[in-house]
Order: sequence, then C-alpha cells, then structure tokens
Amino acid sequence: MLIGGFIIAVLAGLVFLCGKSSHGRHLRWPLTALTLLLLINLIFKPGFFTVEMTSDGYLYGSLIDILNHSSKTAILAIGMTLVMATGGIDISVGSVMAISGAMAATVIVMPKERFALWGLDPAAVAFGAAVLCGLLVAVAAGAWNGFLTSGCGIQPMVATLVLMVAGRGIAQLITDGTIITFDDPLLSFIGNGHLLTLPFTTWIAWTLFAIVALLTRKTALGLFVESIGNNETASRYAGIEARGIKWLTYIINGFCAGVAGLIVSSNIKCADANHAGLYLELDAILATVIGGTSMSGGRFYLSGSMAGALLIQTVATMMYANDVNPAVIAVPKALVVIVVCLLQSDVFRQKLSRRFHRGAAQEVDA
Amino acid sequence: MKRLRFPVRYVPFAATVAVFLLVYALGICNFRNFGSLRVFLGLLHDNAYLGIAAIGAEMVILSGGIDLSVGAVIAFTGVLIAKLAGCGVNAGAAMALALAAGTLFGALQGVLIARYRLPPFLVTLGGMFFARGSSYMISEEAIGILNNPVIMVIEDRLQIAVGNRGLTLEFIDMLYLALLVIAVVFMQKTTAGRRVYAVGENEQAATLMGIPVARTKVMVYTLAGFCSALAGIAFTIYLKSGNPLNCIGLEMDAIAAAVIGGTLLTGGVGYMIGSFFGVLVLGLIQVLIMFQGNINSWWTRIIVGALVLVFIFMQNLITQLSNRRRI
Repeated sequence: MLIGGFIIAVLAGLVFLCGKSSHGRHLRWPLTALTLLLLINLIFKPGFFTVEMTSDGYLYGSLIDILNHSSKTAILAIGMTLVMATGGIDISVGSVMAISGAMAATVIVMPKERFALWGLDPAAVAFGAAVLCGLLVAVAAGAWNGFLTSGCGIQPMVATLVLMVAGRGIAQLITDGTIITFDDPLLSFIGNGHLLTLPFTTWIAWTLFAIVALLTRKTALGLFVESIGNNETASRYAGIEARGIKWLTYIINGFCAGVAGLIVSSNIKCADANHAGLYLELDAILATVIGGTSMSGGRFYLSGSMAGALLIQTVATMMYANDVNPAVIAVPKALVVIVVCLLQSDVFRQKLSRRFHRGAAQEVDA
Repeated sequence: MKRLRFPVRYVPFAATVAVFLLVYALGICNFRNFGSLRVFLGLLHDNAYLGIAAIGAEMVILSGGIDLSVGAVIAFTGVLIAKLAGCGVNAGAAMALALAAGTLFGALQGVLIARYRLPPFLVTLGGMFFARGSSYMISEEAIGILNNPVIMVIEDRLQIAVGNRGLTLEFIDMLYLALLVIAVVFMQKTTAGRRVYAVGENEQAATLMGIPVARTKVMVYTLAGFCSALAGIAFTIYLKSGNPLNCIGLEMDAIAAAVIGGTLLTGGVGYMIGSFFGVLVLGLIQVLIMFQGNINSWWTRIIVGALVLVFIFMQNLITQLSNRRRI
C-alpha cells in the first residue's frame, strides 16, 4: 500500500512536471494513463503493489513483472521510434526476432567440441557465438530493410512486408522446421536471470534506452533523423547524408529486434519460428505512437516510447492479476489504441473543444 | 508516345497472369494430373475464402489505405456463427447477424479513418486486436458445427456439377466468383468505384475535383468489413467450425495476393481481377509444394516473400519510368 501510494505520488508529480516543461509534454498522456491505471489497482487490488524479496535476493511482484515483460516491447520500440522518426515503419521486427532466436538456438545446441578454441571455455565461446550470430543475422535483416527502403526507394511498409512474410520461413529454414530447445545456463540467463535484484531484461532495455538516447540527443544524429522525417529532400540539400542515416535507423532497429528475439527465445529456452515475436511489431508501433512519436515522422520521443511500453504491459498485467483470459487482453489494448489515437488527432480535439466551448457559452447565456 | 502499343499500366497485371501460367505449366510438366479439372476446382475451393477477403483488401489498398483486421474478423464471424448455431439459432440467421456485425465493424473503422483522419494502419490494427479479443470472449476453443440443417443444405444442394466425373462447383466457390464479378464491374464501371481509384491516386486532387473523399473512404472500409465477414462465413462453411485462433496472419496473405496481383500498395493503381490471379498464384505454390512432397512447407513463405519482392521492384521500376516520361 505504502509503495503503491509512493509510486503514484511520484508519477503524478511527473505528470505535473511534464505538463509544465516543454521538454516533457509528450509524456503527459501516457503517464496520466499509467497513473490512473495504478490508482485503480491501488483502490481495488492493493496486493498488486506487493513487492517481495526471495531468498536468492530477487524482487518479485506484479510491478517487477511489468518491468520484466515490458522490456521486449520497450527494446523493439526504441528501434521503431528511430525508424518512424524518419517517416518509415518496420513491420518485419516480429519475424526478425524469430530469425535471431532461431539462429542463437541453432548455434548453442551444436556440439560443444566445436567451440574448443584458443583454450577458452567452450561453454563461454558457444554462448558468445550464439549471441553474436543471433545479433548478426538481425543486423543483416535490418540492413536488408534499409537497402530496400533507402537504397531502392521503396515505400517502407511495402519493403518490410517482404521480410515479414518470408522471415518466419527463413527462421524455420534455420531450425529445420523443428522447435529447438536448449538448456544452456548462460543463454537462458538473458531472459530469466537477475542482476542487482532486478530482472536482467530490464537492465538490457534501460541500458539500450540510455545508449540510444545519448547517441541521438547528445550528438547531431537525432536532429538529422528528425530533419529527414520532416523533409528528406530539403535535408539532403542541406548536406545531410539522408540515405545513409535512414539506412542506419533500419540497422539499429534490426539490432533491437535481434536483442528482443534473444530475450524471447532465452526466456522460454527454445526457438519457436512460428510464434516467437508474433504481433510484437504491432505492440512496438503502438508503444511508439502512444509515446507521442508521429507516424508521419519528423519528431520522436524515446522516453515516450518507454512509457508506452510500460503502459501496454501494465494493462496486460492488470488483466492477468484479475484472472482475465490472456487472449481477451486484445480488447482493452484495442480500446487504448483508439483512445490514444483519438486524443492525438487534431480533428477530434477541435470537435471536443468546440463542444466544451459551446457548453460554456450556453451556461453564460443562462 | 504511340510507340508502345501495350500500355505500361497493364504490365504488372500481365506479369501476374504470366506468373500464374508459368507456375501452372511448371506443375503440368512435372506431375501427372496437375492440369486436371479436379486439381483446379480444389485450388478454387481451398482458396475461396482467401479470395473473398482479398477482394476487400484490394479495394482498401486501391483507396490508398490498408486493412489489418481481415483475419481477426474472419475468426470472429466464424466463432459467432458456430456459437449461435450451437445455441440452437438458425445458422442462416446467425450468418446474417455475423455479416451485419462485420459490416458495422468496417463502417466504424472507416469513420475513425475518414472523419478523424487517423492512420488506417493504426485503426485497423486496433480493429484486429478488438475482433480477435472479442472472438476469444465468445469462445476460447474451437466449436464444431455438426449436422446443422442449413449448412447441410448448403453443402449438399447448392452446388453445380462440372463435367461428368462427379466434380462439383461448391456454394462458396460460386459465392467467390459472383462477388468477384460484382467487384470487377463495381470498380470499373460505377462512379463510386472510380472514386476509389481517384482517392487512392491523389487524395488532394480528388478533394479539389469535388469527390466526397471521406464518404468514399467510409464506403471502402464498410465494404471491406462486409467482405471480411463474408469470407468468415465462407471459411465457416468450408471448415464447419469456428475457432478464435483461425486465420492468424491472413491479412498479410490477402495483402500479398493484392501485391502479386499487380496492385500498387500506395493506392490508385491495379485491377480487381488481379487479386483473383494473386490468390490463385498463392494457392498454386502450395499445391505445387504438396505435389512435390519432399519440399518443406516453409518454402511457401519464402517463395511468396520473394514473389512479393519481385512485384514490388517491378512496380517501382514502372513508376519511375512513367514519371520520367511525364517530365
């Protein structure tokens, strides 16, 4: 109860601060929604806020669950935010996740003798090779998407459709159509381990966020990305290497999808080419849009995307905590999508404010 | 420029037909009986529901939008019909109700997209989540439709004998072909159909010409919802069951069928009949892999992806060429 009240107070304070400052205005809506959701929990289900420490020194509870399970979406959303900021979109990330997971699993189940190189511990080498291969194929997939979109000038949604359709086939090709299970302690640590009491996935997500945020906001890269999203031709005339930077955003996005793919397959200790990351591209796009990044490009908010990912997972975890069938969660998710989109739509806002003003005018008349 | 006798806008469609004939010829050369009427009717029967869904998807794409809710709406209508039929409701009435629900659903999506200017991708994504989740609310597992009188009549009576070897054209095949003819005529010959092309080609120009853009868009999504629901009905008759898990990812097949059918995903370019050949090519690839026997099924996805890629490149090239000519 105390923790819950504290968290809500902090969030409400953040909402207030965000409303005041011009830098954090985009965070206002997602954080308000998050605060309201947690408030509902505080009133109806105080147990939601219980966080306990296990004997091994891990924290657990619904809040930690949210942190843990939102990290996949958050990682995907980081890459997606950059891609969408250039005016693009990548609908292939779910398939790329399946490919990277399949690759890592295939490498890790190879006989250990093959990894006895340079006198190093074969298990560690195998782990390194698995992670590296998984990330490499994901980066290659991102580079392919970048080649089609910025190299050949194909519309992003269409270009990434190719890999979305073919990607799961490629993943099955890698795993030879089977679901590869593995029992490697190092690889399963990625998705299941804990570091300093918190889930390891959370550390990955927030570290990645910090790196990408520094890279884009403390260098000119972020400005270039936004400028390309606003007007690609003008940016090119201004001397910005538009093609290369667009390409780079797709590569970063591929890398993020690779990390998310490793987390998913490591979490369930197997590579399922058909179901790994299914529909997660949609969650990632959703988190990004909730966070205030526009689908038409030109502005992006990484912190907003993180808040969006947390919001989506909070809705899901709330449903789990209230014994709702996981499959039905799609319905409230859909409602959140539509409401957030409507709130961001100028037409809707105008209609709403006109109605309010008319109401106010009538009161004055009376 | 009268030198080119074959208009360049027909090239993608001609390529689709060529790919279809090529794949078909490949099958006939390699396997006995591949060219038989039985295989072709089977192809039509197995893909009728996809074809109906692709008609809706094609129309939306021609208008410059996208519909991601197709597969989920099919699952929803299937589960709804199966559940109602299981409760003793007349299956025909259940189908009519499902059709109305799907159409209303499409209309709602259209209003959100056209009136509030929301991106179609997001609205139909929300629609997909909503329809999929709602179908789980109705039932969490597959419901069979056993010995339902209406469905039995449809199965046994509503069919046309083809040839003299006991082959038949089933009800859902006829439904698909009829809808296809209507859709082709609608898109080519009616004002409303031509407006869809105008909106898809250039929305601003269409507005300036006095075309009711918003109303056209609402109509397109309403008709797409209708097609999805009809595809759901066809799928329910085809499988005689409803399952909330059905048709996951079918929207991508429908979009791929449109692309392989020579439709430009940015809108305004393509022919309704192209979706027919697109669907047949998708189906043929599966039949071919089935006949071959020793190729794994995942090659289907890879081949379809490669085909989509080829058509995208071709469209891109044609667009660039025609732009150059215009300048």
